[in-house]
Amino acid sequence: MTVIIDYGVGNLFSLQSSLKRLGETAVVSGDADVIRGADRLILPGVGAFRDAREKLAKNALDKVVCEASYKGKPLMGICLGMQLLFSRSFEFGETPGLGLIEGDVRPIAPLLPKELKVPHIGWNSLKMRGKPEIFKYVEDGDFVYFVHSFAAMNCEESILATTDYGVGLTAAVQRGNVLGMQFHPEKSGDTGLRILKAFCEM
Amino acid sequence: MLTKRIIPCLDVRDGRVVKGVNFEGLADVSSPVALGKYYSDNGADELVFYDITASAEGRKLFSDALRAVAEQIFIPLTVGGGINTIDDFDRVLKCGADKVSVNSGAIRDPSLIGEAAKKYGSQCVVLSADVKRVDGQFTLFARGGRENTGIDAIEWIKKGVERGAGEIVLNSIDTDGVKKGFDLEMLAAVCDVVSVPVIASGGAGGIDDFVTLFKTLPQVDAGLAASIFHFGEVCIPDLKAALRENGIAVRI
Repeated sequence: MTVIIDYGVGNLFSLQSSLKRLGETAVVSGDADVIRGADRLILPGVGAFRDAREKLAKNALDKVVCEASYKGKPLMGICLGMQLLFSRSFEFGETPGLGLIEGDVRPIAPLLPKELKVPHIGWNSLKMRGKPEIFKYVEDGDFVYFVHSFAAMNCEESILATTDYGVGLTAAVQRGNVLGMQFHPEKSGDTGLRILKAFCEM
Repeated sequence: MLTKRIIPCLDVRDGRVVKGVNFEGLADVSSPVALGKYYSDNGADELVFYDITASAEGRKLFSDALRAVAEQIFIPLTVGGGINTIDDFDRVLKCGADKVSVNSGAIRDPSLIGEAAKKYGSQCVVLSADVKRVDGQFTLFARGGRENTGIDAIEWIKKGVERGAGEIVLNSIDTDGVKKGFDLEMLAAVCDVVSVPVIASGGAGGIDDFVTLFKTLPQVDAGLAASIFHFGEVCIPDLKAALRENGIAVRI
């Protein structure tokens, strides 16, 4: 059973539907006991980092998520959920993250060539480093859907894939059983479904 | 490299897809799920569902159709039509929409853009504008292009982005339904004043019109069309192949 952590941030309907499509039992829950009982966890999220971090701290869900990851349970953060996994974010002031992956979250605007727009919205291709398990059903160069203005930086050792937007932006990271996808697998068509399938097999 | 997006737009009335030509003379085409799935399987990068229902009962049918679409189609879904309040945002987002497009609702109450951006994020708020030349000025029209607001369209769009709109759909009433190409002049005027993605709408008659669009205006992010896709005049895989041949990055 996969639990999609519900902490009042973002639209979980598509994520749950995509897991159902894969034949996976997917439960949307903000209940600590349900989260503890999961085989694997997905931490979704859209919006602002600090707001999401505070909401996750309510009912101590942040601690529940961290404990589950320390025990080796596969955990995938998506979009803002991925950014929350890092040590800290510099979105409107510095806010500490969950610290499960070393690195920080910073605005992409200062890095980009002038003509490129922020947010980075749309389909862009994955530039993989090696062949990690989470990408066993997809190919280097496959397209996924991004919507973000901030990205993980200073996390070189954890990067599984980048995407080319004038500069290489962190697209996917992994540290042990903790994974992060900056893009939305649940909105990335067949490619996204294949990534979620690999996750459900972890 | 970020790709140019091709977006079919499906007008929905009472839960069924229809298409207006120059906003009038509607003809039933197909079911939202069947058509949406067909497009998703054939390379559409995103889908727009536009609710043209006026009644509460029709709204409910639209919500049901949207939920059915979102259960089966895993590409971004934008919903527009009848979005007047934050509750309307809430309703369609709960049914699986990723972005919500505001038009007349934002003209009536411009603060809707900012409120929605604050609550759901700018990435969720699409400002759709129906624009027509009046005495040589790009002028904003409301109510599906029927009502001249007298507002300067370029200024309106610029302010909309300042208020928090994360994307612009520019629909040229002058070229809509004419099928002789997108309104490049109008699009260029909008691209000059905003830094968020701009989606071109109105006027596509064939593959060449998309090639011309992206070659002439590389700052346009996406092309939106309805009838040429619905009636099979342009099939998206052919369109994307032609774009790629012309050096335009697309997802194939």
